[in-house]
Amino acid sequence: MSMQLEQSPTTGDEVITNYTINFGPQHPAAHGVLRMVMELDGETIERIDPHVGLLHRGTEKLIEHKTYLQALPYFDRLDYCSPLGMEHSYVLAIEKLLNVEVPLRGQYLRVLFAELTRICNHMLNIGSHVMDVGAMTPNLWLFEIREDCLNFFERASGARMHSAWFRPGGVHQDVPQKLLDDMMVWLDTRLPRLFEDAMSLVVDNRIFKQRNVDIAKVSKEDALAWGFSGPMIRAAGIPWDIRKSQPYDVYDRMDFEIPVGTNSDCYDRMMVRVEEVRQSAKIMRQCLEQMPEGPVASLDRKVSPPKRGEMKQSMESLIHHFKLYTEGFHVPAGEVYVATESPKGEFGVYLVSDGSNKPYRCKIRPTAFSHLQAMDFMSKGHMLPDATAILGAIDVVFGECDR
Amino acid sequence: MAQVLHSAPKFVLIDGLADTLSKAIGGNLVACKEEHGETVLTVKRESVAEVLRMLRDEHEYQQLMEIAGVDFPSRAERFEVVYMLLSVTKNSRVLVKVTAAEDTPVPTVTTIWPNAAWLEREVFDLYGVVFDGNLDLRRILTDYGFEGHPFRKDFPLTGYVELRYSEEEKRVVYEPVELPQDLRQFDFMSPWEGAEYVLPGDEKAEGDAK
Repeated sequence: MSMQLEQSPTTGDEVITNYTINFGPQHPAAHGVLRMVMELDGETIERIDPHVGLLHRGTEKLIEHKTYLQALPYFDRLDYCSPLGMEHSYVLAIEKLLNVEVPLRGQYLRVLFAELTRICNHMLNIGSHVMDVGAMTPNLWLFEIREDCLNFFERASGARMHSAWFRPGGVHQDVPQKLLDDMMVWLDTRLPRLFEDAMSLVVDNRIFKQRNVDIAKVSKEDALAWGFSGPMIRAAGIPWDIRKSQPYDVYDRMDFEIPVGTNSDCYDRMMVRVEEVRQSAKIMRQCLEQMPEGPVASLDRKVSPPKRGEMKQSMESLIHHFKLYTEGFHVPAGEVYVATESPKGEFGVYLVSDGSNKPYRCKIRPTAFSHLQAMDFMSKGHMLPDATAILGAIDVVFGECDR
Repeated sequence: MAQVLHSAPKFVLIDGLADTLSKAIGGNLVACKEEHGETVLTVKRESVAEVLRMLRDEHEYQQLMEIAGVDFPSRAERFEVVYMLLSVTKNSRVLVKVTAAEDTPVPTVTTIWPNAAWLEREVFDLYGVVFDGNLDLRRILTDYGFEGHPFRKDFPLTGYVELRYSEEEKRVVYEPVELPQDLRQFDFMSPWEGAEYVLPGDEKAEGDAK
């Protein structure tokens, strides 16, 4: 009797049906807790149904039960990779309702640190995106820059990540001159050296390009229809940047350029971010050069607290301080939608006030929500490993997406 | 509006924008106001899809950035659904608002903007506003099998159930919330400035007086 080869049951002319796999909820390339139910045909993605909300903490509900100032630290915890970017929208929304003026130095400091936040955020995103598609070293090198950024945050606010440093009316505390000087030195020496070094490994890397070029191309029309913003819409070739078109704080005094993509793929999204880091450094340099002297927070004592020294001398200051930290300030009734250019895109705050000391409703517009929703149509027809590249190029953080 | 002192994003405030849009919306308009630098158009619920399509096609509001729900329990139609529109060509923003109750569906706008699907799911999940025509109106942010709509004002901050890992059953179990100490709601309103401390039962006495 001749030997019979054992046959695998799937070989031959049998039809292989689509199968469904679970990507996440715990997956190193999901950048957090994301569950994606993927329908695959072989290794080709047919359909993706992202399940979000695994990190939902009810931030908006909690904010309704806090005074305006107490609600501020929640914003750090939304997008924990770019905390000050989140605070920026919130404080501007309150200031818009109050119509309070922020002193020039306060505005410059905010722009300075918002741009530092952008660099900090992009270091994490570029690094992890590169790591998602297989490269380890750039991530480690970029984390060195991120460490520098976090040290600057610590020197300004005392906290490395959750700064709670932007306050309605300005910023919490002034920074020492030494910090500004050190930042200037850092911008001239360490940042370009480390960053360009790391980028020299990535941008022309053959493997990196193979994994990213022509992946998840999105037309201009689709980018608009799906509510894209930030690097995602700029990579699609639409030069839309809220810092430029709807300037807030002192962005209208800054000279910077908006990078746009030409091919609207994952590679372009990443390259837009790379150029944004250089532009952010340019903005920071201008801020440091132009930084005026003066108060850092509004002098309206009904909004921002007096200095500790004043409180020792003046009864009125003491009362202001007490009232601000117990009752808080009252915000005139009304509603505003304020959106700023966070590192990830348009981060908006829709604030409804009923005239009391607590927000009646604070709707947070996360950037990742619209981008992640487009995951399905962006990955259709791509291979399973491309999903991580697409996800990495979206720059999704679940603290913000799920709120 | 008085002089603008704040430094919030300066989008283009088009002269007579409210008038132009009100005229274009015509009979479907309920109210229109310009406050705090925002243009807010309240329209009839049934016509919201039609109005938003018109704003997109004829008035260049290409992007739907957000849909927000707001709860006003004292109103007859307690929910407000607010659509934030952005025009990248005119550099302008406008807020379109409709009111809704628990049992009055709002027409979906997924036919106009595909990203409305998740935004509507979110409002449905958190407020229980139903969107007519949204083909995938599942919950999105809350847990699988969650009951209730947590962002309604009458939903308690602590929720009704809590979750723990049960060593006996070797799985996660849900139990009614048990707080070792009452949840404290600090009321910092000044008693001299009209905070209302209503004692339970007082309303009966007032009812008798009338």
